[in-house]
Amino acid sequence: MSSRKSKSNNLIQAEYLSQVQRILRERFCHQSPHSNLFGVQVQYKHLIELLKRTAIHGESNSVLIIGPRGSGKTMLINHALKELMEVEEMSENVLQVHLNGLLQINDKIALKEITRQLNLENVVGDKVFGSFAENLSFLLEALKKGDRTSSCPVIFILDEFDLFAHHKNQTLLYNLFDISQSAQTPVAVIGLTCRLSLSEDRSVRDVLQKHFNVSKSLRSLHTLLMLALNRVTPSHPFMTAADLMEANQLCSMDSKANIVHGLSVLEICLIIAMKHLNDIYEEEPFNFQMVYNEFQKFVQRKAHSVYNFEKPVVMKAFEHLQQLELIRPMERTSVNAQREYQLMKLLLDNTQIMNALQKYPNCPTDVRQWATSSLSWL
Amino acid sequence: MAYCPTRLRTRQTYSWVDKPLDRKLHYQTYKEMSVKIEGRLPEIDLQVGQFVLIEGDDDENPYVAKLVELFEDDSEPYSKKRARVQWFIRFCEVPVCKQHLLGRKPDAQEIFWYDYPACNSNINAETIIGHVQVVALAPDEVIPMDLKNEKTFFVKLSWNEKKFKPLPPELFAQLDKLQEGNPRCQKSVEARTKSTESPSWTTAERVVKRIESRHSTSKSRQTPSHPVTPRARKRLELSSFPRTHNTRISQQTSWASLESPGRMKRKVAFSEITSPSKRSQPDGPQNSSPALRTPEKAGEIQQCCAEDDKKPSPDGCMILRTRVPALKTTETSEERTLTPIKGGQKSSVVPSVILKPENIKTREAKEPVQDEATSTPHRIRRKSSLLTLNRMRQQLRFLGNSKSDQEEEEFLPVAKISASDSEEEEASTPPLPRRTRSNVSRNLHSSMKSSLQTPSKTPKKTPEPRTPRHATPRIRSRNLAAQEPANVLEEARLRLHVSAVPGSLPCREQEFQDMYNFVESKLLDHTGGCMYISGVPGTGKTATVHEVIRCLQQASQANDVPPFQYIEVNGMELTEPHQVYVQILQRLTGHRATAHHAAELLAKRFRTRGSSRETTVLLVDELDLLWTQKQDIMYNLFDWPTHKEARLVVLTIANTMDLPERLMMNRVSSRLGLTRMSFQPYTHSQLQQILVSRLKHLKAFEDDAIQLVARKVAALSGDARRCLDICRRATEICEFSCQKPDSPGLVTTAHLLEAVEEMFSSSYITAIKNSSVLEQSFLRAILAEFRRSGLEEATFQQVYSQHVALCRMEGLPYPTMSETMAVCSHLGSCRLLLVEPSRNDLLLRVRLNVSQDDVLYALKEE
Repeated sequence: MSSRKSKSNNLIQAEYLSQVQRILRERFCHQSPHSNLFGVQVQYKHLIELLKRTAIHGESNSVLIIGPRGSGKTMLINHALKELMEVEEMSENVLQVHLNGLLQINDKIALKEITRQLNLENVVGDKVFGSFAENLSFLLEALKKGDRTSSCPVIFILDEFDLFAHHKNQTLLYNLFDISQSAQTPVAVIGLTCRLSLSEDRSVRDVLQKHFNVSKSLRSLHTLLMLALNRVTPSHPFMTAADLMEANQLCSMDSKANIVHGLSVLEICLIIAMKHLNDIYEEEPFNFQMVYNEFQKFVQRKAHSVYNFEKPVVMKAFEHLQQLELIRPMERTSVNAQREYQLMKLLLDNTQIMNALQKYPNCPTDVRQWATSSLSWL
Repeated sequence: MAYCPTRLRTRQTYSWVDKPLDRKLHYQTYKEMSVKIEGRLPEIDLQVGQFVLIEGDDDENPYVAKLVELFEDDSEPYSKKRARVQWFIRFCEVPVCKQHLLGRKPDAQEIFWYDYPACNSNINAETIIGHVQVVALAPDEVIPMDLKNEKTFFVKLSWNEKKFKPLPPELFAQLDKLQEGNPRCQKSVEARTKSTESPSWTTAERVVKRIESRHSTSKSRQTPSHPVTPRARKRLELSSFPRTHNTRISQQTSWASLESPGRMKRKVAFSEITSPSKRSQPDGPQNSSPALRTPEKAGEIQQCCAEDDKKPSPDGCMILRTRVPALKTTETSEERTLTPIKGGQKSSVVPSVILKPENIKTREAKEPVQDEATSTPHRIRRKSSLLTLNRMRQQLRFLGNSKSDQEEEEFLPVAKISASDSEEEEASTPPLPRRTRSNVSRNLHSSMKSSLQTPSKTPKKTPEPRTPRHATPRIRSRNLAAQEPANVLEEARLRLHVSAVPGSLPCREQEFQDMYNFVESKLLDHTGGCMYISGVPGTGKTATVHEVIRCLQQASQANDVPPFQYIEVNGMELTEPHQVYVQILQRLTGHRATAHHAAELLAKRFRTRGSSRETTVLLVDELDLLWTQKQDIMYNLFDWPTHKEARLVVLTIANTMDLPERLMMNRVSSRLGLTRMSFQPYTHSQLQQILVSRLKHLKAFEDDAIQLVARKVAALSGDARRCLDICRRATEICEFSCQKPDSPGLVTTAHLLEAVEEMFSSSYITAIKNSSVLEQSFLRAILAEFRRSGLEEATFQQVYSQHVALCRMEGLPYPTMSETMAVCSHLGSCRLLLVEPSRNDLLLRVRLNVSQDDVLYALKEE
């Protein structure tokens, strides 16, 4: 009786837990606009003030939001715009244009997109849009027509701002900033970028007014929490520090060490041989023949557990390592160069190899000894 | 008859008719001249007092003038046959920047009396192309729109380079007389005199009379038993008494005729019923709706034209033409005024209607008539007409609303209207052949327009062809008025904004004076020249030029300098250097052309002598962007002013002082000449003066604070824009830090220092300071590796081993390779590091993008 009860209790608990998991996952995965702003309140307030002034006073402004990836730049601006749009007098008074440097890869496309988002194409009715030059002068004419007090302010949001700076002559940026600096249609240009070096660009430098810096990535935190969350089960209803540690280990796992775990003993031997070659020749590149010789030395003198494979078999193992990109040819493979003598480099660090070996399942002892000392066969 | 033939195609011989009237040494005046065109029989007689077309820059639009005198002048080197003329000016010849002074859209055939004595009126008589008809109209008369007759121009206003004025009465009378003084128009003069007998008549009635008489003239001249004439008169008489039953019918018919081709047919049938003679049927629609261009009407016009063409005289046309305007004036007699479409903008398709209560009443009264019409089943079958009807009803309903609230109307969203326009076109398309389609849809369009005003009125003019080329786009206007600054700081911020144009430019007096003198002297001498202006950004180059131009424009208003045309192009606003030609041409003449064609047109314009040309001042900003391999653009820009006829002053602006030496070929830089001006960066005292002048009578800053920012900026760049931006930011900081928003204190030195710090502080250092522990230790590892190897570059593997070693030393758990790689690429994406593509894996090379000292400094702070 009691066991049944506890079973049903368990079922209910499991349901609740999965619900909780779902909610939490949603919060982690979707950038919900309800999330609070931590650490950027000052910047947020500043941004809101700027946008408000553009909307209400018709003052032109330009802002560059700089911060590393995942530091919440987009969230900041989305949050600000959302708050602005909730105020009625703002939402009626502001036009928004969203551009992304990854989508609008040149000024031509960007101009079309601006025209589309400003609904200007309706004005020309049935006109099929003409050349780039026509588009530009059309748009500029439209923007220049206005003045501070009567025109509707336009907010330009340029995501991946640095990519716009690579456009030819920076025509779009120059003109946007020119408009923002003259008494034409009020615009607010908001650039989002993770590059700090923009301030070195010629025309953009003039207009950098504000920098925001936020540190560390939120996205990686979300991933970490997701991993930890997945471990929550009815029998284990609360996230513990251990869970987090484990998740962290999962996150920070070395991918190459993982690959090494799955290699055959022969391949491990080859890698150890390469390591020794690196030690002896001080990181000079090696070829298959050298590795094979080293391997032969080991097998003939010391090895008890490793079978002396035929050369073609070893070659196959060597090629497998190359496919896994654990080794890399020095230059492009040419057709006429013999494969045995092609120069290669190892893409594993000594520490990585040693760590991997320690965890390698069923590693023969002599192989392990050989790895620790290159002189072990003497 | 050859209408404005080009010189290339035909050869013309000009000869004097009669003996000279007056004979002096080297100078004989004549009364008449005949032009014989090769291969064509009738010679053109040119008499003093006639209106003529004169060959100009543009073959499509020759100049129009009145012959004042014909004479032979032996002292002229090339052409002895000379003429003195009074110019008329087309709207497209009016400088683009002044076209808005007209305040309405010009009609296609409208020209202006060119009242500008400085203009050269002595021309070569052999540039005369042929006759043209010019009709003087009183300002309140409506210019008829008739595309068929390009040979008649209408003059209502005079243009004196400053403003449009109505024709002086004596001039009007003179022109009127001229128009009728022609012996072939005797009859119409009679009509005129008849009409002037009773001065109390409205213009409309007068015109009706005139038409009658003209009909009779045509009758008497061509086909004595023409049945059209009496009927036409009768109808016109009817329509001039608006309250009769017949008018109602005609109004209804005109309504119907506008709506759809289906209605057209009905309407024709209708007029067949009313008209006693079948012969007169085509005249019906013409009278009730002159602007309607249906095939029937076009045919009829052609027929008439053909009849007219039989006569050798060009005046025959005129009579037919003037009939149409007269009809339109009849309609205006119903006291409904069309307000001009503002600025010719598409968005103002809904004209701002001034509604009078009576008008609304009549409109409402007319509605049932329309509804009645819709109930006819055979009409409803037509989908297109149904659509239009619905739309019209909507419009009417909309008008009804707007009566109560006129404000709303102005804020009608643009998109909606244009969308309905295009729908309208679609709706009207399907069942019709191509030619009629466009015409009908045009009419529909215009009927929409007129339906907003008076349902019974036929459109006065064909709406301007919907060429989107001339559509001027604009951002929609804001819904709420912009707020005015509430406190001192906001006011200061407004004044400190770069866009706020100061009333005067302090600290640039010398440059201003030099530039002013240069341009003014060129204007006074009627010559051209170039000037090269250089200076680093934010030193007031463009602002000074604008100021000079503004002052010169004021001076020309006061007649101190001759009027001039000002054009501005910016190299950064062009997608491609050759587009500069397109822009210049467009701003100069309003035409659009391809870059190549525009270059040719401009060259032609600047190298040939124009008759009524004023000096052009051209500002080319960001000149360095116009550099091409061939340097043809710069060459042209500097070559045009060297021609005597060009009268072109070119002012060019660029950042570098040595652009002419560095970039230009010798032949280009030699044409540029030696007129250079370089703007030095502002000194701190100048910057201070600028700030003080902007903040005049506004106590927002401490004096020390202003001096501080001026010195800081002057030490760095002398960029006034930067200076203003810092001050603006300081007001923000001040406002932000202040607790009471109503009475913020002064901006102090501390606020400004904070702003300066923000503006000039290196973003790299902040970024490093804020980066994560792992990133910081990776940077440390890089520094250690550099120090170890003595090189400024290391592979990732080397850095990683250093990193691991560092971690061990500090007793930290060292990160895995993958983590470290992620850190490395993250720093690379911030451009703190310069890294190779990450497929190189361990071997990718890493460099610092910041100086090592900066990194050390940033890391030490912790």
